[in-house]
Amino acid sequence: MKIQLHVWRQESPTAAGSFETHVLDSVSPDMSFLEMLDSLNEQLIEAKKVPVDFDHDCREGICGSCSLNINGVAHGPQSGTTACQLHMRSFKDGDDIYVEPWRANAFPVLKDLITDRSGFDRIMQSGGFVSVSTAGVPDANAIPVAKQDADEAMDAATCIGCGACVAACKNSSAMLFVSAKVSQLALLPQGAPERGRRVQAMIHQMDQEGFGHCSNTYECEAVCPKEISVRHIARLNREYFKACFFGKED
Amino acid sequence: MNLDSKIPEGPLSEKWQKHKFNMKLVSPANKRKYHVIVVGSGLAGGSAAATLAELGYNVSCFCYQDSPRRAHSIAAQGGINAAKNYPGDGDSVFRLFYDTIKGGDFRSREANVYRLAEVSASIIDQATAQGVPFAREYGGLLANRSFGGAQVSRTFYARGQTGQQLLLGAYSALSRQIGLGQVKMYPRTEILDVVVVGGKAKGVIVRDMVTGKISRYKADAVVLGTGGYGNVFYLSTNAMGCNVTAAYRAYKRGAGFANPCYTQIHPTCIPVSGTHQSKLTLMSESLRNDGRVWVPQQQGDSRPPHEIPDTERDYYLERKYPSFGNLAPRDIASRSAKEACDAGRGVGPGGLGVYLDFADAIRRLGEQTVRERYGNLFHMYQKITDENPYQVPMRIYPAVHYTMGGLWVDYNLQSTIPGLHVIGEANFSDHGANRLGASALMQGLADGYFVLPYTIGNYLSGEVPDDVDIDAPEFERAEKEVRDRMAQLLSIQGKKSPTAFHRELGQVMWDHCGMARNRAGLEKAIQRIPEIREEFWQNVRVTGAGEGLNQQLELAGRVADFLEYGELMCRDALVREESCGGHFREEYQSEEGEAVRNDQDFAHVAVWEYQGQGKDPARHVEQLEYENVKFATRSYK
Ligand SMILES: Cc1cc2nc3c(=O)[nH]c(=O)nc-3n(C[C@H](O)[C@H](O)[C@H](O)COP(=O)(O)OP(=O)(O)OC[C@H]3O[C@@H](n4cnc5c(N)ncnc54)[C@H](O)[C@@H]3O)c2cc1C
Ligand code: FES
Repeated sequence: MKIQLHVWRQESPTAAGSFETHVLDSVSPDMSFLEMLDSLNEQLIEAKKVPVDFDHDCREGICGSCSLNINGVAHGPQSGTTACQLHMRSFKDGDDIYVEPWRANAFPVLKDLITDRSGFDRIMQSGGFVSVSTAGVPDANAIPVAKQDADEAMDAATCIGCGACVAACKNSSAMLFVSAKVSQLALLPQGAPERGRRVQAMIHQMDQEGFGHCSNTYECEAVCPKEISVRHIARLNREYFKACFFGKED
Repeated sequence: MNLDSKIPEGPLSEKWQKHKFNMKLVSPANKRKYHVIVVGSGLAGGSAAATLAELGYNVSCFCYQDSPRRAHSIAAQGGINAAKNYPGDGDSVFRLFYDTIKGGDFRSREANVYRLAEVSASIIDQATAQGVPFAREYGGLLANRSFGGAQVSRTFYARGQTGQQLLLGAYSALSRQIGLGQVKMYPRTEILDVVVVGGKAKGVIVRDMVTGKISRYKADAVVLGTGGYGNVFYLSTNAMGCNVTAAYRAYKRGAGFANPCYTQIHPTCIPVSGTHQSKLTLMSESLRNDGRVWVPQQQGDSRPPHEIPDTERDYYLERKYPSFGNLAPRDIASRSAKEACDAGRGVGPGGLGVYLDFADAIRRLGEQTVRERYGNLFHMYQKITDENPYQVPMRIYPAVHYTMGGLWVDYNLQSTIPGLHVIGEANFSDHGANRLGASALMQGLADGYFVLPYTIGNYLSGEVPDDVDIDAPEFERAEKEVRDRMAQLLSIQGKKSPTAFHRELGQVMWDHCGMARNRAGLEKAIQRIPEIREEFWQNVRVTGAGEGLNQQLELAGRVADFLEYGELMCRDALVREESCGGHFREEYQSEEGEAVRNDQDFAHVAVWEYQGQGKDPARHVEQLEYENVKFATRSYK
């Protein structure tokens, strides 16, 4: 396959960026999208040019490192799929492909296709946990959890923290990300003692980081590689109102 | 080299309890005076950093990803073992201990493995308390499944994402401590050297991967939880960034490297599809419960699978191991696949694949049941290969997956450098020559939550806090060496990319130090690797600059270390003249092609000591004493 690739190049957080166009003549349909970028980089190195930097690690859709806007869609055309799991057979010979970093004020570009997503970590540090220390906890089977609740908690917990939800949202809202953690812990008895404090702290930090609010367009759900449902946002809202109206600890 | 394993006296089942009592403690008021550097935020590093901080130590934690949540532990699928005996099927600490020793082909330390089994149950309690959503039964209690190498159901799991959920549990504990200011987290920061002052580990040299700044950090103790070195093979199931750099630098500073040749090759991975391939994807071992492995009987048979009648197929695992059949252990299943392909009977591109066929299972159980059991795996397979495994058999091939070797540690998880502790996959401790499924997650978390936090106190109690100067000559020298190396890498401006060298090394390693090894091949590799290395230092092209973000420079540094480390692996494999676990020497096999161990001469840990640039490393041994189990030949016939 032959493709025309338009890649965002930006030298540093403060430099201005622009698209750079490259033609790739022999793309195999079996390549993953990132392997296609690898081959671009080999080509650039060969030509004594500076290759394109992009975040990636596991290349199997679980670490949440890869973060590419492909033809304007976070993680590209295939639903429920990270960029690293997307294969070139999803494109046609002769296609033009535009590759950009996540676009959100809370995710500033560091270089080329790499953004700074540490805002997510700070949200987690503000309350995305159960405050138990190592040792001194009860036997695991002393805390029974209804299977439906455990399964739903697991649905939320599969979030890989990639940031596609933010990139897809016109408000750059982090609500789907925050709701995944709030919902997981709200569904489990282990999370109950801190649920009020947790949701308030996480929402507060989300605002501090400059993420926007949710106006229910559900782009986040559409691009989420783990197909996390916006129902969790509904639960987040409920948790938040409850905490605000009925005091911090409930 | 002092290889005193410091195994406590007394009966096996009392050693750890006694040892915990005998170790010196640091009082709560004094803990905050000590500073510990933890390198790595995976299951091992993340759990250790969080726990040490909870205890009151000041912790600095480093990882190379942009967030501690992305360590490669995240990718583990199948599950985690623990001797809970919830199903009441006869499990016990001793049984888990015994299975692990046997699975490791009698090449691990009894006392360590027993302790691992002993603390395993606490891991499940801890993770559950953190809110890890393990699979449950309708009654609300935890579910278990069975895994290779065991006859009881002791594996806990969270769908096919157990590693992710356990890591996010550790990450949440770590996040809490970061929020409290007890851990200072340094993501996108790569450790490039360990600093030893007065014979003790006292700090690290790091590169900020965003700004390119090289700087020093000092501490009263250093902990490495930097994961495995499977990427020395270029293609593996490891993440792209997995490396040997921190461990190898520690080795060059005097830490002994144990059993580097022990590598685990997982039998069920998706085969290589072309030279563009950058990594391999694991298909869970659970598929072998219902899939049947076969190749055509005839060499070079190019008919599509459905045109090959049953009588012309070789279900080789069922034929060779009638009692375990398709569920033969990993090392054996991998080797058999290689044999079939070497004999020209492999399938798919390049003949490097065997069929894993679900046609019989679908006939027997119906497509719906198969979908319920394996739907997500079939989906992933189809995504990658564009073939529908409900209609055509999967093609699989073995791939490098895990490394049992690692830095040598004593019972306290301390390396041969005082103050340098090593945890998780980065150490060599518990899996001998072969790791059982679902035991790596257990070991990483055991080390980080329940072992190191005790043993490091014993070390620190003998140290005066903050007794080194960051301007000490040792720091100066280490930093200069790192700077010089970066400068050198950037100055060569040759013709080949770092990846090209990595691929070349990987091929040599796979051909000669992979699933089957022999003297001639290893000798060839030991000759070939230094040639590649030499070319690397003359002809590599590292684009960009030292300042700022530069992924090529990061990669070049890692490849440079692999180019030295690969040779050490081959040396280790050459000297170990026996076949055990994942180390199969073709010269040492039975008539039926089974591994033959040599307990007389090799029931020991091989520990390598660096002797300086251009000199052969020295090999030392730690004899393994078995007081509670007897040597036996593994048989799965
Ligand atoms: C695909 C796959 C599936 C698996 N499935 C299972 C399973 O089902 N059950 C099981 O028990 N085991 C499984 N394993 C094995 C298990 O996941 C690993 O052995 C284990 O998670 C390793 O944990 P760790 O903490 O030692 O290392 P890792 O999780 O690899 O963490 C290493 C850490 O060190 C950091 N680091 C590394 N080098 C540097 C450096 N130079 N500078 C700074 N930081 C550095 C990294 O950033 C990272 O934070 C699987 C492995 C793979 C690859
Ligand atoms: S690289 Fe890990 S999710 Fe894509």
